Amino acid sequence: MVQSPQPGQPDQRAWFRSMLVIRAFEDTVQQLFMQGLVVGTTHLCQGQEAVPVGAIGAMGADDYLTITYRGHGHALARGVDPEAAFAEMMGRETGLCKGRGGSMHFTDFSRGLIGAFAIVGAGLPVALGAAMSAKLRGTKQVALTFFGDGATNIGSFHEALNMASVWKAPVVFVCENNLYGEYSPLRSTTPVDDIAVRAASYAMPGIVVDGNDVQAVHEQTAAAIARARAGEGPTLLECKTYRYSGHSRTDPGKYRKPGELDAWKARDPIIRLGEMLAAEGIMSSDEQEALRQTVQGEIESAVARATAAPWPALEGIGRYVYAD
Amino acid sequence: MSTPTEVAATEITYRDAIRTALAAELRADPAVVFLGEDIGGAGGSFKTSEGLLEEFGPDRVIDTPISENGFVGAALGMAVTGMRPVVEIMFVDFLPSAGDAMINEIPKFRFMSGGQATVPLVIRAIGGATGHFGTQHSATGESWFQQMPGLLVATAGSPASAYGLLRAAIRCNDPVLLIEHKGMFARKELVDLDAPLPEVGKAAILRSGGDVTIVATLLMVERALQAADMLAAEGIEAEVIDLRWVAPLDIATIRESILRTDRLVIAEEQVHAGGWGATLISLLAQEGLPENSIPRAVSMPNYPIAFSPPLEDAAVPSADRIAEAARAVVRE
Repeated sequence: MVQSPQPGQPDQRAWFRSMLVIRAFEDTVQQLFMQGLVVGTTHLCQGQEAVPVGAIGAMGADDYLTITYRGHGHALARGVDPEAAFAEMMGRETGLCKGRGGSMHFTDFSRGLIGAFAIVGAGLPVALGAAMSAKLRGTKQVALTFFGDGATNIGSFHEALNMASVWKAPVVFVCENNLYGEYSPLRSTTPVDDIAVRAASYAMPGIVVDGNDVQAVHEQTAAAIARARAGEGPTLLECKTYRYSGHSRTDPGKYRKPGELDAWKARDPIIRLGEMLAAEGIMSSDEQEALRQTVQGEIESAVARATAAPWPALEGIGRYVYAD
Repeated sequence: MSTPTEVAATEITYRDAIRTALAAELRADPAVVFLGEDIGGAGGSFKTSEGLLEEFGPDRVIDTPISENGFVGAALGMAVTGMRPVVEIMFVDFLPSAGDAMINEIPKFRFMSGGQATVPLVIRAIGGATGHFGTQHSATGESWFQQMPGLLVATAGSPASAYGLLRAAIRCNDPVLLIEHKGMFARKELVDLDAPLPEVGKAAILRSGGDVTIVATLLMVERALQAADMLAAEGIEAEVIDLRWVAPLDIATIRESILRTDRLVIAEEQVHAGGWGATLISLLAQEGLPENSIPRAVSMPNYPIAFSPPLEDAAVPSADRIAEAARAVVRE
């Protein structure tokens, strides 16, 4: 019954765990803010967990990805240690980027996570470049780049998709359409409901997928990656999803229509996968609850270790600016 | 110390210096790739890459769409995954179209990652007036990016500088913006193609003199040398320094020169405010230098560059204006 999947193969139990980690991480970030342990700003992704988990689960170990300021979920789905992630958000020396980046810049080259960008759209050209680098070096690596619906209105989206198609670059453009670009509803800034239709002008496949269905996200991403790896060029994959929080820490999300949030919570990606796992006898609801508690314990322990970690030494203020 | 040997210098143009340097680095390192608008099939808008596509093929010499932010960002992605991309920006004036990549991404990339990555990337941008290209095709832009820690900025003031600085920039593990001057492509001089590469961040003293230090970049280097000839005929010995690097500024070389001359003239093809000339004067002033004279800056006037040839010519500092400024500081 329980498979032992290869990297990139479907693994429902691992997906479930990964989504629980992300949810617990993001819920905890909110609490840490109230306690003043995390400062600045954060952009949370509760409700969107199926996209990073499904898509990144389809990647190979050597593949590249770029993410955005709403990138905690992707980093965790790629295997980043929650302790290093918390420590980064707390500005500690043990953080993923030694506290230099913060919440919006989770980067981990050891996992092919080659950048998290706080400028909307900035990661798309970088992923394209990594994909072209792989192509020119003759490796079979592909690059995934994650971005929101709002990013499809900025020039770098157009420039990157156009070049990727002209060059048949092995890149997959994963749009998380959560219906809001910052505070603005999609249709107040964008003339189409389906971002995927924009692929037509770049002569690449544009695919709409239920972004709250981790299995569906995984399947479509795996297909797009296979196409890219086979030299058949890029894909625009639109995952329709919803963020439960506001845009950033200070946004209560009051612009939402009444009932909208509840309607999406009824389609919660973790609950849906949990029901499927129970129905198919892969993981009982008791087992799921036990796992949830285990994960919660791991997150709390990670917070405790991150909180105890040292601040960067002031002598190091000028480090990492230039190559050694 | 090595014994002086006969060097086999070759007379080449500024344009050929760039092409020769690109070819040498493409040949030396398979990680080097070259990309930009019309650089392949067309050989470059200013013919600085003629023959490179034929020698290295379309995987190494890559024509891009007109998408500056896109392909400069893509070059960043290449640079952090094992390649050493060189990007051409056809006119400096197009650099702002790549503003996000140039300002937010490339200079900060290594820092934001806590040192996980290096960014061996060169952006060559062709700038400068005197070509009657009008106000949107004539900027030098040499100081636009001096406020970006993490980004090095170089200027090619001669064929030898163009050759050496481009090769050094490609071998550098940090991102380098190299400004070339389109008014100088036909300039010729003897260049030792096998000379050691110039040191990153080091200015070059092109002419020694004890009466006044003239610091210049790009086309102003040549005009400063012409001014020095005029001054020499009058008994004034000018020291001419090609600054070469706007970031980092070689304050040590300039300081050492001014300690001898006690007089400073800046020659710059840019408005003075917020530029490297103003920065140099500020840094020196904080050290109390020069001690007994007031520095002068010969700069562009504070209005956009006009198309009309007499108006353009009047705006760009001439050798005469540089010499006059030098005379003025010597007389004081």
